[in-house]
Amino acid sequence: MSRWRWLAALAAAVASTLASAAGFDYQLQPRKVADGVYALIGKTENFSRDNGGNIVNTGFIIGRDGVIVIDSGPSKAYGEQQRAAIARVTDKPIVQLLLTHAHPDHVFGNQAYPGIPIASLPATAVTLTQSGDALLGNLYRLVGDAMRDTEVRLPNAVAADGAFSIAGRKLRLMAARGHTDGDLMVFDEASRTLFAGDLVFFERTPTTPNADLPHWLSTLDSLDSLDFAVLVPGHGPVLHDHAGIAQTRDYLRWLRDGLQGAARRGLDMPEVLQLPVPERFQQLAVLKTEYERSVTHLYPAYELDTLPTIPRSKPK
Amino acid sequence: MSKLPLIVVLSISLPVFAAELPADPLNSPAWSTIAGRYFKGQPVVFDARVKVTAPASAEDPLDVPVQISAEGLADVEEMLVVADLNPIQKILSYEPLHAAPSLAFRFKVEQSTPIRAAARTRDGVWHLGGVWLSAAGGGCTTPSYGSADPVWQTRLNEVRGRLWPADGHGTQRLRLRVIHPMDTGLANGIPAFYIDRIVLSDAKGLTLARLNTFEPISENPVLSFDLNGSGAVRVVGGDIQGNQFSAEIAP
Repeated sequence: MSRWRWLAALAAAVASTLASAAGFDYQLQPRKVADGVYALIGKTENFSRDNGGNIVNTGFIIGRDGVIVIDSGPSKAYGEQQRAAIARVTDKPIVQLLLTHAHPDHVFGNQAYPGIPIASLPATAVTLTQSGDALLGNLYRLVGDAMRDTEVRLPNAVAADGAFSIAGRKLRLMAARGHTDGDLMVFDEASRTLFAGDLVFFERTPTTPNADLPHWLSTLDSLDSLDFAVLVPGHGPVLHDHAGIAQTRDYLRWLRDGLQGAARRGLDMPEVLQLPVPERFQQLAVLKTEYERSVTHLYPAYELDTLPTIPRSKPK
Repeated sequence: MSKLPLIVVLSISLPVFAAELPADPLNSPAWSTIAGRYFKGQPVVFDARVKVTAPASAEDPLDVPVQISAEGLADVEEMLVVADLNPIQKILSYEPLHAAPSLAFRFKVEQSTPIRAAARTRDGVWHLGGVWLSAAGGGCTTPSYGSADPVWQTRLNEVRGRLWPADGHGTQRLRLRVIHPMDTGLANGIPAFYIDRIVLSDAKGLTLARLNTFEPISENPVLSFDLNGSGAVRVVGGDIQGNQFSAEIAP
């Protein structure tokens, strides 16, 4: 090896050490989905050390006087890099952060937005107050070092259903539930872009740790009549049609009917875990893992419906 | 050939207990402890007919669903389930007197661990099967929901259940849910308090199956049995403080 090559290798090693000391690099690339509207598209994977928890879509809308951010991502580092990515697109100030719901991949970048109003539905604030530390601890376990220095930052403002004008941009906030007990959707009137949060998944299996399937399905039905041009799902590629709504609905209906049917046949949970998943869902990312998780979350309620209370009798 | 004498020397230099104990296919660090505690002096074989079905990863460490089965193994007199790396290893023992050698239950897991089912046949041999379960943990040292909510006191030992008629295998399925905190005694300041026995019998008083449960069984236990015959089943159970429950479950 020549002396120059050796020096170049040394420089590269030093640079990579410095980069790792600076933390996980999410390589966030804002993607323009409409005029003044951008999405940061995460991987359709589970949390891992390799992806640093970036399995989520976040976004931002550039108004006349400032920027509205939708969800802050899984970690402090993500939030900081999200801010930096926004600054590469516009020099307008960030004036508002909106949280779609309380799940950890959407809210733990809040620390990067000190002094900025962080609004969510009331149920989201309640969940983060009660379970934020537990959710955060679990993410440290799954993601590791990319979570460094991440702490829970609660929302400091309440998002209300209805028209919301900010920074010269007309938004419509849509309060719903089903994926969790507080799901906020953000609709940008000018571009007809819907940030659907995790009410819509596309090509990635929906998650259900706090789901209420009947509410979720009726929320999806209510989206049928919404005239949108662009839909940014919580997970998966950006859409220009109703395919993500239809796919999420199809999977959730199958899940509901399958679990209900299994409970009525008297199956126990390990048997339900072995049931086949239809071919049409096989292309969904992380299908097996999410199906197993969903059985654990949802089956106890369905099975209890099939087990009547037995009147007490005196022991002999 | 100089290899043969070397092998002989190696074999006779191994400790006696290691020669008697088959190598653990799950490669558990606690295998020799488990074997010494539950199978000492008894013949043990690993047998693919003994199956443990559980998710690869515990989504809820307080409520891990497991099914054990020794279908294809004749004359199973007793089944034992242990989790090697739980602070309390023994989960249950089951005598399927007039029942299929299968059972589904849920348990609390403290950390990633093998789950083993052992089926003892009439000849005294323990047949073992098992799987590894990955878990974040904390299930055994977490207080029960019931310990923080006095509502359970009025519903203690309330039974829900149902019988599903005999399937193609000729067994009817009994599913039970009993309200009970199932406290392990490992959560600070909350003493152990758990159901320790459930006996199932038919209308004529014939005992169909006997189950002994231990601390790791989940709060408000949900159990599935596959019983021989058909018709109503009488359930009688009790906990370690002498509270008893009974229920008649008709098809």
